[in-house]
Amino acid sequence: MELRVSKAKVSEYPAWLIFHTVAVFAFLYLPIAVLILYSFNGEGVGGFPPHHLTLDWYRTLFADGPIWDAVLNSLYVALAAVAIALGFGVPAALALERAQFPGKTIFRRLVLLPLILPGIITGLSLLMLFNILGVKLSLLTIVLGHGTALISVATTEVFAGLQKLDRAQEEASLDLGANYWQTFWRVTVPNLKLPIIGAALLIFTLSMDEIAVSFFLIGRDNTLPLEIWGRLRRGITPEINAVSTIIFLFSLVAIVFWYRLRVRGEAGAEAGAEIVTALEGDLA
Amino acid sequence: MSTDVSIARSDVSVSTQRFPLLSIRNVAKRFGKNVVLRDISLDVAEGEFLTILGESGSGKTTLLRIIAGFESAGSGEVWMAEERLDQLPPYRRRVNTVFQHYALFPHLTVEENVAYGLRVAKRPEAEISARVGEALEKVKMSAHAKAKPAKISGGQQQRVALARALVNRPQLLLLDEPLSALDANLRRQMQVELKSLQREVGISFIFVTHDQEEAMVMSDRIALLRSGELEQVATPREIYGRPATAYVAQFIGHTNLLKGEVRDGMARCGLLQWPVAAPDGIAQFSLRPENLRLATEKSTSPDSVRVRGRVVQQAFHGATELIRVECAGGLMLTVRIPASRSGVTGEIALEFSPEDAIPVRESPERI
Repeated sequence: MELRVSKAKVSEYPAWLIFHTVAVFAFLYLPIAVLILYSFNGEGVGGFPPHHLTLDWYRTLFADGPIWDAVLNSLYVALAAVAIALGFGVPAALALERAQFPGKTIFRRLVLLPLILPGIITGLSLLMLFNILGVKLSLLTIVLGHGTALISVATTEVFAGLQKLDRAQEEASLDLGANYWQTFWRVTVPNLKLPIIGAALLIFTLSMDEIAVSFFLIGRDNTLPLEIWGRLRRGITPEINAVSTIIFLFSLVAIVFWYRLRVRGEAGAEAGAEIVTALEGDLA
Repeated sequence: MSTDVSIARSDVSVSTQRFPLLSIRNVAKRFGKNVVLRDISLDVAEGEFLTILGESGSGKTTLLRIIAGFESAGSGEVWMAEERLDQLPPYRRRVNTVFQHYALFPHLTVEENVAYGLRVAKRPEAEISARVGEALEKVKMSAHAKAKPAKISGGQQQRVALARALVNRPQLLLLDEPLSALDANLRRQMQVELKSLQREVGISFIFVTHDQEEAMVMSDRIALLRSGELEQVATPREIYGRPATAYVAQFIGHTNLLKGEVRDGMARCGLLQWPVAAPDGIAQFSLRPENLRLATEKSTSPDSVRVRGRVVQQAFHGATELIRVECAGGLMLTVRIPASRSGVTGEIALEFSPEDAIPVRESPERI
C-alpha cells in the first residue's frame, strides 16, 4: 500500500532529478559503505569485489593496545569537553536570552565565532597561547581546546531551548515563593533538560571526531582520530576500516538519539540545528 | 469610592478594618516613551472581589504585574495592610497569581504543581499532602492528581492553577484573564464557580478582564481602566446605572449618547428637551436602551419626554429585542423592548423619564 503510493509520487518527478538524487547520496555515502564492507574483507584493502568475508580485522583490532589507549583518551577528552562547554555555555545562553547589558551584540557574535572559525585557526591560536604561557601540551590542552571551541554549540542549543521556554512559568515559580535560585533549579533547568542533553551528546560526538584542533594541541598521548591518522601514514590497514566502522556506528547512534530527543522536544530551534549541521561538515 | 458591598457581607468583618487590604497610591508606569499607567490610586478591601476592566492596551495587566511584583512601578507606592509591597521581590509577597495561560509546570504532575509553593516554603510533608489534597478537592481535581498538565483539559488546567495559588493561603489572589482561553459555556460556568469559591475562602480577588459582562457578573466593584487611567470605580449596579463618563457608558452595556447643551435648567438635544439640574453649557447624556419605552396614548406620564420616529432595524435577542429608531431631526436611538411575537415596525412614539438621562463627562481622547 505505502509502497505503491510512494512509487506513484516518485514517477511524478523527471528521471534526471531521480538520477541526481541518487548520485548525490552515492557520493555522500558510498565511501562509507565501501569502508564498512572492506572492514570485513579477507584480502584486506585489495581486490574487488571483496570476498572471504571475515571478522579477523575486528579480532586484531580488539587485541591492539595502542588503539584502545587512544579510545580511552578520546573518551576522557570528550567527557571533559562536555563539562567545560556546558559549564560555560549554559550561563552564556542565559545571559544572551535574559540579560540586557552593553556590548551584548558583540558578546553574542564572539560566543558564536568558534562555530565559524576553521579548526586550524582555533588550534593554532591555542597552541601559540599555550606556548607563551609555557604550558606543556598534553591531553589537558586538547580538553581545553575542545571545551572552548564547543562552548558555542552548548550556547546555541540551550539558547534555542530558552527561547521556547514560557517565561510565565518562571514568574509563576517566583509568585509561589521560590526565589530566583530555586526557580532556576526547579523550573528553568528541568525545562531545559532536552536541549542540555542534546548539546552534551552533540559536543561529545564532535569532540570524539575532532582532528584539526587536536592536531595542534596533542602531547604524547593520542586521541583516536589522531592515532588513526598516524597509522594511515604507514598505509591503510583493514584494521583502520574496522575501527572507522565502529566509530561510524557509534556516531550514528548518538546522532539518531539526539535527533529523536530533538523531535520529541518539538520542532523549534531550527537555527541551532542548521548551525550545528554546518559545523559537523566543518569538523568532519 | 464606596466599599459598602463588602461591608454588607456577613462573612467578612470589614467594618472593624482601619486599613484597606491593598492600597495602590499614585502608581504610574511607562515603557520607554509609552505611558502605560498614570496616577492610579485604588483600594481593595479584605474579602472583596474587585475587577479591573479595560480594553487590551489599557494597562490592566501591567497594573496586576506591578501588584504581583513582575514589574516595578515607575512612581507611586503599593501597600498591603501596613507593609510597603512594591519594594519586595515577588516571592516575598503574600500575593498569588492565576496566570492567563495558567503557566502550570509541564514537568510536574497536578499534585506536584499544587504542592510547589508549600515545598518551596519547606512545610512538613504531612501538612503538604493534607493541604494539597484539600485544595484539589475544593477545585474537584482530586481524580487527576497524578496527571501531567498536558494531559488535562483547559478548564481543568484552570482549576489546577487556582488550587496551586490558593493552597498557599495568600491574602490576595490576582487573576489575569483566567477565563479567556475557555469556550463560552465553560466560561459562564467558571464565572459562577469562581465567584462562589471566592465567597467561600474569603480571600480578596483582583480579577483582570476585558469582558464587561464577566465583570458585571462576578465583581463586588469594577475599576474601569482606559489608556492607563481609571475612568470609574464602582459597584456593577452603580457603574451601569450611573456611568461617570461617556466612555464608561458605552463600554458597559449599550447606551444612547445624547450630545446637546444645558440652558436655564433645560437639557436640549435636537428636538428633545427635558428639565435637568445641571450647570449651563455643552453636555452629554447617557440613555440606556431599556429606559426608552414605546409610548401609548394612556401610558404617558406628564413629565416623560416623548419623541416620534421610524424603526429602521431590529435585532431579536430572545427575551428582548433591540430596535434602531430614526427620530425626527435625524437622531438615532437604540431601544430595548420586551420581545413581541411580530416585532415592531413603521412609525412609533417613544418616551423616557428625564431622570434616566444620566449626565456624563466627556472622555478626552488619549493616545
